[in-house]
Amino acid sequence: MTAPLLDVQDLVKHYPGRPPVRAVDGVSLTIAPGQTLGLVGESGSGKSTVGRTILRLQEPTAGRVVFDGEDVFALGTAPLRALRRRMQIVFQDPYSSLNPRMTVGRTLREPLEIHRLAPPAQMEARVTALLDEVGLDPAFAGRYPHELSGGQRQRVGIARALSVEPRFIVCDEPVSALDVSVQAQVLNLLADLQQKRSLTYLFIAHDLAVVRHIADQVAVMYLGRIVERAPAAVIYAAPRHPYTRALLSAVPEPNPRAARARIVLSGDIPSPAHPPAGCPFHPRCPHPKKNDRCRTEAPALRATSDSPAHLAACHFAEEPM
Amino acid sequence: MTEPLLRVRDLKTYFVTEQGRGTARAVDGVSFELYPGETLGIVGESGCGKTVTSLSILRLIPEPPGHIRPGSVIEFEGRNLLTLAPAELRAIRGNQIAMVFQEPMTSLNPVFTVGDQIAEAAIIHQGLSRKAARARAIEMLTLVGFPDPAERVDDYPHQLSGGMRQRVMIAMALVCHPKVLIADEPTTALDVTIQAQILELLDRLQAELGMAVLLITHDLGVVAGQADRVVVMYAGQVVETASTTGLFDGPLHPYTEGLMAAVPRIDAPKSRLQAIPGQVPAATAWPSGCRFHPRCPHAWTKCTIEEPPLLGLGDGDHTARCWLVQEPGRRKPKT
Amino acid sequence: MTLQAWFALLVAFALAAWAVGALRRRTARHEGGRRFFRHPTAAWGIGVLAFFVIVAVAAPLVTSYDPWEQPDIIHLKNKPPSWTFILGTDVYSRDLWSRVAFGARTSLLVGGLGMLVAVTLGTLVGAVAGYYRRWVDAVLMRGVDVGLALPRIFVLLLAIALFGRLPLPVFVLVIGFTSWFGTSRLVRAEVLSVRERDFVAAARAMGAGPGGVIFRHVLPNAAAPIIVSAALGIGNVLLLEAALSFLGMGVAPPKPSWGNIIADGAPYLATAPWTSLFPGLAIALVVMALNAVGDALREALDPRQEAM
Repeated sequence: MTAPLLDVQDLVKHYPGRPPVRAVDGVSLTIAPGQTLGLVGESGSGKSTVGRTILRLQEPTAGRVVFDGEDVFALGTAPLRALRRRMQIVFQDPYSSLNPRMTVGRTLREPLEIHRLAPPAQMEARVTALLDEVGLDPAFAGRYPHELSGGQRQRVGIARALSVEPRFIVCDEPVSALDVSVQAQVLNLLADLQQKRSLTYLFIAHDLAVVRHIADQVAVMYLGRIVERAPAAVIYAAPRHPYTRALLSAVPEPNPRAARARIVLSGDIPSPAHPPAGCPFHPRCPHPKKNDRCRTEAPALRATSDSPAHLAACHFAEEPM
Repeated sequence: MTEPLLRVRDLKTYFVTEQGRGTARAVDGVSFELYPGETLGIVGESGCGKTVTSLSILRLIPEPPGHIRPGSVIEFEGRNLLTLAPAELRAIRGNQIAMVFQEPMTSLNPVFTVGDQIAEAAIIHQGLSRKAARARAIEMLTLVGFPDPAERVDDYPHQLSGGMRQRVMIAMALVCHPKVLIADEPTTALDVTIQAQILELLDRLQAELGMAVLLITHDLGVVAGQADRVVVMYAGQVVETASTTGLFDGPLHPYTEGLMAAVPRIDAPKSRLQAIPGQVPAATAWPSGCRFHPRCPHAWTKCTIEEPPLLGLGDGDHTARCWLVQEPGRRKPKT
Repeated sequence: MTLQAWFALLVAFALAAWAVGALRRRTARHEGGRRFFRHPTAAWGIGVLAFFVIVAVAAPLVTSYDPWEQPDIIHLKNKPPSWTFILGTDVYSRDLWSRVAFGARTSLLVGGLGMLVAVTLGTLVGAVAGYYRRWVDAVLMRGVDVGLALPRIFVLLLAIALFGRLPLPVFVLVIGFTSWFGTSRLVRAEVLSVRERDFVAAARAMGAGPGGVIFRHVLPNAAAPIIVSAALGIGNVLLLEAALSFLGMGVAPPKPSWGNIIADGAPYLATAPWTSLFPGLAIALVVMALNAVGDALREALDPRQEAM
């Protein structure tokens, strides 16, 4: 079995405050090369923070990230800069992910210049090649972001990530802000690029349906922890954690005839500054077997009976709901 | 055959753009009916004109730069809303026709308590005293499923979560038991599990209060679960109308088909999505002929020249703005 | 005044008006430019400023006397405005109009350069504080608090008391060094918000160093408060210079500056008010014009209206 490209071990990120905001509270995951891990969660789950901390855009509070054999958090400035070529990120909001004062061409040239990836004479050709790869006309190089549509800006963001020829890309909700028809275009583009360039993705999203179309493995987060993780087909067919089940049933399906046994959770998502004691999900958990143990003891993420690759953090993962 | 509660005929709302980029014909001849007790879903992506349509109904469009063209008709219980005097219109807004907006964050006034904001509508339209209005506000909060309504009535919006704020918005809209509720993307800004709560709430309220709901959304899944009938909008026009089951069983318009193929589904295996090529045209320059023709896989010469009217299959219920309805033989096979 | 001076003055008016029109045309395609000119006072402000700049630059052309020329100190002193001396004469029988015109050079130069020093310092400090935050921010901002609490005039008087009357470049620098505190706060606030935007994170993810991030990404997008500060800042420096020159601590006579012209005329306010009135009017007009332009700029550069 090949060594994972990305190995995250007990990642913790707390933001200072009284009380501190426990955005990421002990997350471990691995991604094999060429695979896509879909990281799913609602607000307060910490999924975006995981992505940014892995890239060291924010300093972690604790934990270890090993990328391609290197300990990311232990690197000095120069090796970190070199590492940045191999790990990139695509952002959610097409309206804030591009510098409004720079043309598209300038935005794409910047990473090439920083890492000296092309002599000045070849810059224009490289930019054109990048634009072509994401399906944009070379004329776009002279335009400013406000002249582009959301989908086009997102493509530029992807081109920018590709410019340094990374091996791994964190896709932080890349299609959430786009219309359905454009969403499909960008998802297809990401899938094609993955094939072409042998990329590995950490695909962060709140939309389970979107993740279905691109992920090999799925991990579900709630209040800073992973509550379930499994190969994609397994988690959609037979989820074990009550939260995953509720999340799946809550997704509105475009099928009026589907008999919906919608599991509607009560109450709001707690703030990561005040996570409940014991299992963080227990106040909203609809599981019939919920008891005092859930209130006091936080369940560990462990393998379920059907497969060692299917993990769930629930005391009653084996019991039907 | 019951009379429609709300009838919109040939609504045109145009906006003047700066700098002579021309007029943006955001809503360009939209017609539909809303019957008592039903939920009508208006589906479309951004730029299709669905929000402008909903704002036009209550005449909330800012007069420059926007204006509703003469010839547009918006009838509520037989009265044309577009010709009402301001005082009469105000008597209807919030009272008989109420609206819920997308962003609960910005739709609530941050300096007033939620109780005050809910009570305001009761005071204005029903002439209740402050005490009675406050009691009513607590009643409404209970109705929308607030825990501890008697205490939460004095909360300020910033103390509440997104889902709670949306419930407050719904409470404000329903305090006068309106006959029509216009919900403009009421759950788009909310998390999935909270969305499920709000949709369930809307179901329950509609059953209890018997009101008609005009639900505007871009989410086909929401429409499938909530609406009785659907209107699909594209480029400022209605391109298809049908019952919900009819629409999902067999969409007639290629745009509807494209949307359904492009929506990611959790019951499908990992696969490529069918994208609609190109992008939504600008409202200042709608394409000639059928506005969807530049992106349509089936388009032929006629489509580029002549704009199709809404054509039906004969049963009157299901119509689509597409020449394929008359000439199904022109439909190209799926590649 | 001589005919050619009159003619030059007329040309100055026409040029100022043309400048406004040209600016309006050139920015018509720009959203911000249109918003700027939506204010009626903005055009007037630009016009007034253009006029004074043209007068300052072409001072020898629009005047018929030298500012230090004293044609007849007995018979022509403190004369009211007439066709020969269009703004009258001062106590030394110098032509007031040419003193005001040449004074514009000094005052505007001091105003512009002083503002430049202040804005540069303020931007740098604000950007560093806002970008790095934590202890760097705390230390810098406490420094700014102290600076804001200092009464500027007294600091300047102290400097003058210690070192005697300051040469002009030093004078400009001292004004600059005591005027940057407000700007730094504004810039810091803007930087705090800009640094959270995704494109800044993208630049860091790209491997850009802090310098690159600040100068290429943060500052260009935090330009609004800087530009507005600059416009209003010139006015502040102008007033400060006028006050100091009035107190006799600023620009040394006979070199004219609007402040020391007012000082020269102060003892004669009752008998020859125009000698202080006209330079005072000039200051007032320029400061009002700068405020009008600054206000219009603030609205034109409003980022909330940009993101459509």
